[in-house]
Amino acid sequence: MSVLVIVEPNNGTINKGGFELATFGKLTAGQDKCLVLVVGKASNAGDLGIYGADEVYEIDQVPVHDSAVYSKVIADASEKLSCHTVIIKANANGKATAGRVAIKLGAGLVSAANSVPESTGGQLQVKRGVFSGKAFATYAITTDKKVITVLGNSIQPKEMGSATSVQSLQVDVPPSTIEVVAKETLSGRAPLPEAELVVSGGRGFKGPENWNILLDLADALDATTACSRPVADADWRPHHEHVGQTGIAIRPNLYIAVGISGAIQHLAGVNNSKTIVVINKDPEAPFFKAADYGIVGDLFEVVPKLTEEIKKLKAGA
Amino acid sequence: MKTLVCISKTPDTTSKISFSSDGKNFNTDGISFIMNPYDEWYALVRAVELKEKLGGTVTVINVGDASNDIVIRKALAIGADDAIRVDANPIDSFFVASQIAAVAKDKSYDIIFLGKETIDYNGAEVGAMLAEMLDLPYVSFANKLEVDGDAKTIRREIEGGTETLKLSGPCVISAAKDMAQQRIPNMQGILMSKRKPLEVVTPVGASSRIEVIKHDLPPAKKGVTLVDAGNVAELVRLLHEEAKVI
Ligand SMILES: Cc1cc2nc3c(=O)[nH]c(=O)nc-3n(C[C@H](O)[C@H](O)[C@H](O)COP(=O)(O)OP(=O)(O)OC[C@H]3O[C@@H](n4cnc5c(N)ncnc54)[C@H](O)[C@@H]3O)c2cc1C
Ligand SMILES: Nc1ncnc2c1ncn2[C@@H]1O[C@H](COP(=O)(O)O)[C@@H](O)[C@H]1O
Repeated sequence: MSVLVIVEPNNGTINKGGFELATFGKLTAGQDKCLVLVVGKASNAGDLGIYGADEVYEIDQVPVHDSAVYSKVIADASEKLSCHTVIIKANANGKATAGRVAIKLGAGLVSAANSVPESTGGQLQVKRGVFSGKAFATYAITTDKKVITVLGNSIQPKEMGSATSVQSLQVDVPPSTIEVVAKETLSGRAPLPEAELVVSGGRGFKGPENWNILLDLADALDATTACSRPVADADWRPHHEHVGQTGIAIRPNLYIAVGISGAIQHLAGVNNSKTIVVINKDPEAPFFKAADYGIVGDLFEVVPKLTEEIKKLKAGA
Repeated sequence: MKTLVCISKTPDTTSKISFSSDGKNFNTDGISFIMNPYDEWYALVRAVELKEKLGGTVTVINVGDASNDIVIRKALAIGADDAIRVDANPIDSFFVASQIAAVAKDKSYDIIFLGKETIDYNGAEVGAMLAEMLDLPYVSFANKLEVDGDAKTIRREIEGGTETLKLSGPCVISAAKDMAQQRIPNMQGILMSKRKPLEVVTPVGASSRIEVIKHDLPPAKKGVTLVDAGNVAELVRLLHEEAKVI
């Protein structure tokens, strides 16, 4: 029995997020094999072997993102390849699919794992964030079959093998009853849940017309932009940038919060970030308590200077 | 339109989180509970709006004990017509989905609504499991829904954007922000909610598939290093050399 990792290429290539999953799968598998199923075509699929895949499979028919279709493809592949554990990325589509896969396989599910599961006394224990980042829970999955979804940025891909050949796997792709009529994506920047660097603005910006100050900083850092909830509510920024308890939960390496007070509901979505920088003119702003670094000052003066300094650093590097 | 809205109870968003000394159980002392915001603000309100526009009924369902009745009454005050409570401790998402599926299976609801996720366990698991058990299409994280006869046009959140889907016939939808606007129950709603039917049913057999080993709180922050506003270069140096994040 093996572990099956589901990886989706991005525009024909597998990126860091995919390699990360392969490493996660290999570390979860222990003595067992780590098989990776690439759903879609990727020119660099064989490289998954470098990061932990013992065998790499691809299916040539790419299913649309309908959880009914996707879950059938994954469950069938898992049975064909005799796998006891299925690992899926914890993004919007992965979360919609994993619950269905779990029911099809009779498996227990733990979603949004943030570190590699541990085998303790014959049990697989999985840790994940709960209470919107305010705590962690460790679960044992008590069924023979297991499904785990994994948050982006949970571990770093590790080189632990060599490139391998890619085998094709025949699976039935049933027709979908859902038609995708439009897609609207913000191009250029990494999606928030996967972003390593995030700059975020709050009501301190006073209005949408001032956002170029934050966007310049984001450009200098090559960071993704986020915002507090009132900012999205007021339509200053698109709603999918809203982070926090009722928005997206993120855990980048660096979160720079500008003109955000640090309400508990906002912190809930960002407090697992590795490094937090707060820029706020109010020294009493609660966000400073959750920060690693801070500047007490007027964002309209501090942020442009910060952008300049970062450009200098990058130019020197 | 006949809809079912799955509602859950969660700690108030400002709650201080703590656990029993063995780490197994969430400490509920001094915690006030609310209806899960996604369920209340978005799923329930959209279901009530559709009923107001197209006619039909809205039923709410909760898996939980009698202490949840207060949350269920609030849903009735917001505009649901009747309620079902499956009288059981919601041990895990598989158990909850099994209970809701057992109630819903012969009732031919046009839409079963859930919230995007519960803000305590943040699983976003129940919807997909329920859809699979009932063999229905599932659209997660929907932030816009229009119904035209049998056809549904749904916009959903995906990483870094949205996608718009069309489907027809019954389906399961999990609701995210923007699907509707929060409604505060009015006096008449509150009075009427007391007379609306709340049926308590016994659970079907379903075992849990996961077991809690422990909970931990995140390690305390070491405290903030403040940098003078006139010395922004120092912040960049710290981020580069000390934190090594840029
Ligand atoms: C159930 C519930 C769920 C919620 N979910 C979320 C959520 O998911 N995400 C979220 O963000 N919020 C959420 N909120 C709202 C949250 O409680 C706060 O109201 C919100 O986060 C505040 O946003 P803000 O920090 O941008 O604005 P404010 O609180 O108004 O703070 C603005 C900050 O900017 C600073 N400032 C002003 N001018 C300047 C300047 N020139 N230079 C520097 N600093 C300046 C001020 O000192 C202040 O600290 C939720 C609330 C509830 C009740
Ligand atoms: N105990 C429960 N009773 C009824 N519905 C629930 C219950 N728990 C969760 N749900 C529904 O399932 C959704 C997703 O929950 P979860 O999978 O726990 O994040 C919630 O937003 C609710 O709509």
